[in-house]
Amino acid sequence: MEIIVCIKQVPGTTEVKIDPNTNTLIRQGVDSIINPFDTYALEEGVRLKERVGGKVTVITMGPPQAEQVLRDALTVGADEAILLSDRAFAGADTLATSYTLSKTIEKIGSFDLIICGKQTMDGDTGQVGPELAHFLSIPYVTFVKKVEEINENKIVVERMVEEGYEVIGMPLPGLITVVKEINEPRLPSLKGMMKAKSAQVTIWNHQDIDAKKDKVGLAGSPTQVIKIFTPERHQKGGMLQGNLETQVDTLIDKLKQGRLI
Amino acid sequence: MDYFLTDEQRMIKDLARRITEEKIIPARAELDEKEEFPWEILKILAESDLFGLYVPEEYGGFGMGCFENCLVMEELSRGCCGVSVSYAASALGAYPILLFGSDEQKKKYLPDVAKGTKLAAFGLTEANAGSDAGGIQTNAVREGDYYILNGTKQWITNGGEAEIYTIIALTDKSKGARGASAFIVEKGIPGFSFGKKEKKLGIRASATRELIFENCKIPAENLIGKEGLGFIVAMKTLDVTRPGIGAQAVGLAAGALEATLNYSRQRVQFGQSISSFQAIQHMLADMATEIEAARALVYQVAKSIDAGAKDVSKISAMAKVFASDVAMKITVDAVQIFGGYGYMREYPVEKMMRDAKIIQIYEGTNQIQRNVIALQLIKESTLTAN
Amino acid sequence: MSIKVILEKCNGCKLCVKSCPYQAIKVFEKKAIIEANCNLCGACVEVCKSNAIVIEDKRKIEDTSGYNGIWVFTEQRNKNIASVVYELLGEGRKLADSLGTYLAAVLLGKNIKDGTDKLIGHGADKVFLVEDDLLKDHLDDAYAQVMVDLINQYKPETVLFGATVVGRSIAPKIAAILKTGLTADCTGLEIDLKNRLLLQTRPAFGGNIMATIVCPNKRPQMATVRPRVMKKLDFSSSRQGEIIKFEPKNLSSKINVLNFVEDLTEKVKLEEADVIVSGGRGLGKADNFKLIKEFASLLNAAVGASRAAVDAEWIPYSHQVGQTGKTVCPKLYIACGISGAIQHLAGMQTSETIVAINKDPDAPIFSVANYGIVGDLFEVVPVLISKLKETRCS
Repeated sequence: MEIIVCIKQVPGTTEVKIDPNTNTLIRQGVDSIINPFDTYALEEGVRLKERVGGKVTVITMGPPQAEQVLRDALTVGADEAILLSDRAFAGADTLATSYTLSKTIEKIGSFDLIICGKQTMDGDTGQVGPELAHFLSIPYVTFVKKVEEINENKIVVERMVEEGYEVIGMPLPGLITVVKEINEPRLPSLKGMMKAKSAQVTIWNHQDIDAKKDKVGLAGSPTQVIKIFTPERHQKGGMLQGNLETQVDTLIDKLKQGRLI
Repeated sequence: MDYFLTDEQRMIKDLARRITEEKIIPARAELDEKEEFPWEILKILAESDLFGLYVPEEYGGFGMGCFENCLVMEELSRGCCGVSVSYAASALGAYPILLFGSDEQKKKYLPDVAKGTKLAAFGLTEANAGSDAGGIQTNAVREGDYYILNGTKQWITNGGEAEIYTIIALTDKSKGARGASAFIVEKGIPGFSFGKKEKKLGIRASATRELIFENCKIPAENLIGKEGLGFIVAMKTLDVTRPGIGAQAVGLAAGALEATLNYSRQRVQFGQSISSFQAIQHMLADMATEIEAARALVYQVAKSIDAGAKDVSKISAMAKVFASDVAMKITVDAVQIFGGYGYMREYPVEKMMRDAKIIQIYEGTNQIQRNVIALQLIKESTLTAN
Repeated sequence: MSIKVILEKCNGCKLCVKSCPYQAIKVFEKKAIIEANCNLCGACVEVCKSNAIVIEDKRKIEDTSGYNGIWVFTEQRNKNIASVVYELLGEGRKLADSLGTYLAAVLLGKNIKDGTDKLIGHGADKVFLVEDDLLKDHLDDAYAQVMVDLINQYKPETVLFGATVVGRSIAPKIAAILKTGLTADCTGLEIDLKNRLLLQTRPAFGGNIMATIVCPNKRPQMATVRPRVMKKLDFSSSRQGEIIKFEPKNLSSKINVLNFVEDLTEKVKLEEADVIVSGGRGLGKADNFKLIKEFASLLNAAVGASRAAVDAEWIPYSHQVGQTGKTVCPKLYIACGISGAIQHLAGMQTSETIVAINKDPDAPIFSVANYGIVGDLFEVVPVLISKLKETRCS
């Protein structure tokens, strides 16, 4: 079974701040890591490979430094790695990203299953999976928490919804996005680390994948960020004064006045 | 201090550190409290290929040495010595086969140990034979193609949990120490059973049990080397594993220092963090200096062994004795700096202090190590004088 | 798209280097150099005092006229319409009124026409009703196909979805087919009347940053909107609306729902509660949640928790409030022993009234609290409980 896992490099923390002078993100000194949700996708890919045989290819789109997350993926069982790196890819929204990934996967050729994390930690959109499936004209199931059955022609999965879960059957080739309940990602092995160190990472630009320049990166992105800012906090409220009894009495009075209790 | 590790060594160290941070540290208090054998963590170490570092590649390992084992031991011990001793004891059980076993024995036993699918253990100590290892009474009598084992081994790390045991037993009582031989005994054979799990002061995640042999019949091909080599097998094994115990002490002490540094920066008394008091600062400085000295000694001894140095008993004893004394002192100081909190189980340093004590005792007490060092010194001095 | 440095203007001041969130700018021999990991975000363009950096936008401007109307996708399971739909109608009403256009709900399913009254009563001017056996389950591909056919025929300018599992699955498929933009998980919607643009504001980086996003050159503009953020209108049976039936053509689906298993353990309806009492790290252990539960039951409140309490396994994940848990907006939120990490605040700070009880006077929770009590929760909460009981009795 040919399995493709899409991963993303994200800042190692969400604790980013905005520089009040420049109104831009301060990201200095933050390490990059593999998007945590993608580690579940990768682990599921490797587990399915171990279950039914085959190969796991990881893809990421990003600056040259993103090669590191691909090497990390190789240490935990991925077989091949492809980095999509091109100045033309910069500033892509989810639509342009999905298009770029789809052209890459078309270039790879055959595949049975694509696995993505349910969303990224920095963007939080969860849109690339379904959009990618559309570009490849394949079915998809989002928020998968368990793979019940898999064979060459079909997959049966459990999909988390707010009130419980659905059991869904889907023909292959297809795409799933997975939630963290699906597995516990393994730690790397020494053999994997040694292999990853010497492994060849394929690097493709937009010409390599035959992508139209006006459909990738910012040029191919219908959405545009016009402003970023730090969220407003409620103004600092009243610290209640006096001894404990008084404070509690005041609180109860206030809540009663507000018809809250 | 930068020890200029190779890329591979750095990888090993990073991997062991990651396992320690993500898996061992979150679990250590509960493992200690419940005296639970850390199977889950050992399985992770196995899947990460860390059990086979010192095993030659032809037997499924990485063909590395004592130094790489030390790197792993140090990192694991930063987290929990109960875990790290379980890991180390498997190597201790396998080294006799690696050093003195036949090719068949190596092929049969080492791949599983290297993969971590089977744990090994080493059985020398008995009720009346501790520092005086020559006092062992377990005996093996040859009967045709078999040896019949009788006797009881005491305080065996990984006892009951391991699948493969190397046992030192007397094959000729009249020859004393020269009448001992080493055998491979597999768990599950008739006549081989275990005593109850011991309750210990520290390293409580590890399993310590008696091995009981009652007319236990083992195939003659399980003899390691030849009859009479038993003590040489034991001593050479301990010579190469002792730096690992030194590394355990270094890791434990380093873990205690880290915890203490963090605490002393946060703990406020008299309106300032206690790390701003010179009394604390000097203790921290001494702790760090002693750890670095111990680490440098342990690393260099391990590297000497890997480079093929002869007669390593003295230096390997030095590594063990110095590092374990440092660990004891530092963990006591760590508890002192933590004050009342340090005495409580909410913080890790009381466990570290309990764990430290055994390192001065096992794998040859520090008194015996000093005997070894002194005797060798005197011998060397005599040779130079002549 | 391209970025370039006008070398004659660049004075090597390095302001751009500091501003770059991607660390993609270097200054070499007093001139800025843009490196390959540039994301064309424009931060440097804004800070450059010499106007030495330019980004050229060569995107085609497409004609967006001829699109009008605000649409709300109606999510339902077993004919029960999700409450986020009514919230979207409430917000959609405001947007439609400010634009002078209509508000429509799109209702897809099997035997669901009874739902149209509720949608109109909550503010919809029109309901597009599509009924088909295949639409019984939420099949992303079949639903998307119907939505795309409808959109192509009626050309709405904006389509809104709840940021639920269903909404977040189906919306990207529709956006990809239409090659239009989609903004995920919005918490604020406004109209830029001058450019007739939907300003879509959403949290990013775990709620630490808010971003306002537009889709200038494509229609429809699409967004998923976080539940419990927008306010629904009260139901009014006097509202009138038009029902437009739509017959899907050649409907098919590659996937099929074999079974639905309801999670019966999930009893806490945190999102629906008017009052929530939450406990955090300050509780110290699982057993102490009893105190929170007692307090909550007295107020007929749901029990919430911070991530610290959930991570410590003192209480199941279903109680977690915050960025990685649930977003709640009760009338009253009482935080006990919760320091107020930004991830927690992200999930509860829109609550109408917030009460915080914490030992640490500097805890960030107090910065969002309307009423703060500095003190040990194990002293404060029992007093609160007994006083509340007293007032009840008297």
